[in-house]
Amino acid sequence: MANMAQAIRMALHYGEENLGVKEIFGEDVGAPLGGVFTVSQGLKKAWNSPLDERGIVGAALGLAWAGFRPVAEVQFVDYIFNTIDLLKLCGNSLWASGGKFKTPMVIMTPTGSGIHGSLYHSHSFDSIATKIHGMKVVCPSTPLDAYGLMLSAIKDDNPVLFLKPKALLRAKGVELIPGEPADEKALKDMIDAPIGDRSNWKPKWPKLEDFSIPIGQAKISREGRDATIITHGRLAPICLDVANEFAEAGHGDLEVIDLRTLIPYDWNAITTSIRKTGRVIFINEETEITNFGEHLIRRVVDEMFYELAVRPRLLAGKAVPGIGLSPNLEYASVPQKVDVENAIRELLADPA
Amino acid sequence: MSKKVHTLTPKSNDPYLRLDAQLLKRMHNIMVRGRLLEERLIKMSKGGEGFFWIGGPGEEGFNVPLGFQVKKGEGVQFDYLHLHYRSSGIALAMGAEVIDTIRQMRTTATDPYSRGRNFVNHYAVPEWNIMPVSPTIETQYSTAIGTGIAQAHTKGTDSLTIVNGGDAGTAEGDFHSCLVWANRPALPLPILMIVVNNGFGISTPAAEQHGEKNIADWAKTFDMPGKTINGNDPVESYFAIQEAMAYIRKERRPYLLEAKTSRLYGHSSSSGANRIPEPDCIKIFEEQMLKRNLIDEKEIEEVWTSNRNLIDDAYQQVKQEPYPEGDDIWYGVFAEGLDDTYPKKGGS
Ligand SMILES: Cc1ncc(C[n+]2csc(CCOP(=O)(O)OP(=O)(O)O)c2C)c(N)n1
Ligand SMILES: [Mg+2]
Repeated sequence: MANMAQAIRMALHYGEENLGVKEIFGEDVGAPLGGVFTVSQGLKKAWNSPLDERGIVGAALGLAWAGFRPVAEVQFVDYIFNTIDLLKLCGNSLWASGGKFKTPMVIMTPTGSGIHGSLYHSHSFDSIATKIHGMKVVCPSTPLDAYGLMLSAIKDDNPVLFLKPKALLRAKGVELIPGEPADEKALKDMIDAPIGDRSNWKPKWPKLEDFSIPIGQAKISREGRDATIITHGRLAPICLDVANEFAEAGHGDLEVIDLRTLIPYDWNAITTSIRKTGRVIFINEETEITNFGEHLIRRVVDEMFYELAVRPRLLAGKAVPGIGLSPNLEYASVPQKVDVENAIRELLADPA
Repeated sequence: MSKKVHTLTPKSNDPYLRLDAQLLKRMHNIMVRGRLLEERLIKMSKGGEGFFWIGGPGEEGFNVPLGFQVKKGEGVQFDYLHLHYRSSGIALAMGAEVIDTIRQMRTTATDPYSRGRNFVNHYAVPEWNIMPVSPTIETQYSTAIGTGIAQAHTKGTDSLTIVNGGDAGTAEGDFHSCLVWANRPALPLPILMIVVNNGFGISTPAAEQHGEKNIADWAKTFDMPGKTINGNDPVESYFAIQEAMAYIRKERRPYLLEAKTSRLYGHSSSSGANRIPEPDCIKIFEEQMLKRNLIDEKEIEEVWTSNRNLIDDAYQQVKQEPYPEGDDIWYGVFAEGLDDTYPKKGGS
């Protein structure tokens, strides 16, 4: 099965062939590297930009206005902070122009912890991203979702920030992407650039098919009756594992919702599940001050307080200025599997 | 400067006689229109009909000749404009109606540029490739890169990207991003980078902003053509813009043009918007035209009167027009609209 990097690469190839993507660019995005996580290897429209995130986002916006449907990469989300005012322009140009300037563009960027990246390769940007109104924000946790969300992001007439969980980019999927060869080795031989000299290498693309995961639609990764876990990105597979282990051990039947889209989020999926279980925890790795999950908790309290059996909870990152390199420091800063287990145990034990 | 820049062979030593007399009159007419429009906007701001005013009185001598030379239209085959808040002269020269700017000043629902949302002189005209003007200084030099790339990747077109901004703003990284991206051997960009140098950023004088002798000297680092001109002279401006555009259209490379102009009503309404004794490009233009019998006093008077009437009529009409309803804030958040679950209460 394809990993997430390969899945996104295939989506971008589908986009440049079929969906009018005319420019794919960013730092080291073109040949020979094809992106630091290999996401843009072998793409026809991929090229290397100067080392200039503001220029990258600004260029993408100009290209979007010109209808060129760009996909631009910020090499790590840790380096997106100096582009915030330009991201705001991406989000507001439709609104500011009274509805006249559509902004079909995708900014993709690896996000989050999990690769021992220390201060500047471990950041999350989710909560800040959700405050750039007019911009959509997606974050897949499986290769198939990444493929389908990238195709939807490319087709969308709004700017979409496509967050790629760093820790999951090399993780293999369990579902085939439409058109993907069943043999993993065959796929690798077709679309992964060789080590060493690549000057004469060309990918052989499988016959890929259109497949959209609608933006704004969460996924119920596991159905359950006792409590709801709402998560996304790196923590989604961890939460699913924990839920399955809890079920096997007879500790509880957990429903896991992978948001996949942060903006606009799937409120119906959230409320339907909480209505069923009465217990909810929001889990993400952004720092707790202030956290997108807090917004969801506030809305849950406002709109369905009397349907809650116990207080809603948040498991988030610690509010410290960075993530330290030494593993104990990283593990103490962002939620790990054991933290998820503990939090869920407490949620289930809360007296109603 | 690059050898490929063609200086136009003069038919006459007098630049005023090298331009068609009718064109000079048309330029004069729009310059006057722009000035009277800005003065009306200032009056509205002071009278509480609208709020903040910022605009381009004093820049007409450069902006109008620029607007007349734009290859106007929608899409990559036409020129793209990434403008700042002093560009009314450009928009009017391209055919913008005064009434629309007055609508934006009054924040009416009929404001076609922003639906009553943005400050005055923040144009956004998709049909003419005028990209949304943003109140953020200098970001237009970053977005200009994008349309420059689009044009560089479109074979056979001679269209170009125009970006303008002020002198103080060139300290921002966006200006330097544009220089760097436009000059890469891998993909040179057809961008006319304009800096309108009025010697101030709000209240801070040039000496506290910059150390370059001329801002256009940045071009030298890239072996790119650059020029500093007197933007208070519409004819000098016309030829400089023509030369720069001809170079870019043919060579598909960038050009840096710095125009020194006056700032006749100070920075904005927040600094009082009172007339400042600096050279006035319209006065200069009228004197030069009168001296050469290209126009007479009576014609000049008619130009002022007819434009005053035009603006008066437009203003009277705008006064009858509605403001946006509060509910209009939800329009244009997303292209497809918002679904029922989008939180709209603003809290609990
Ligand atoms: C990024 C940003 N910083 C600060 C401001 C506030 N501001 C508005 S105009 C201005 C001065 C701009 O001076 P200059 O670039 O010379 O242009 P001018 O107004 O003189 O035409 C400043 C600081 C802003 N709008 N955007
Ligand atoms: Mg200035």
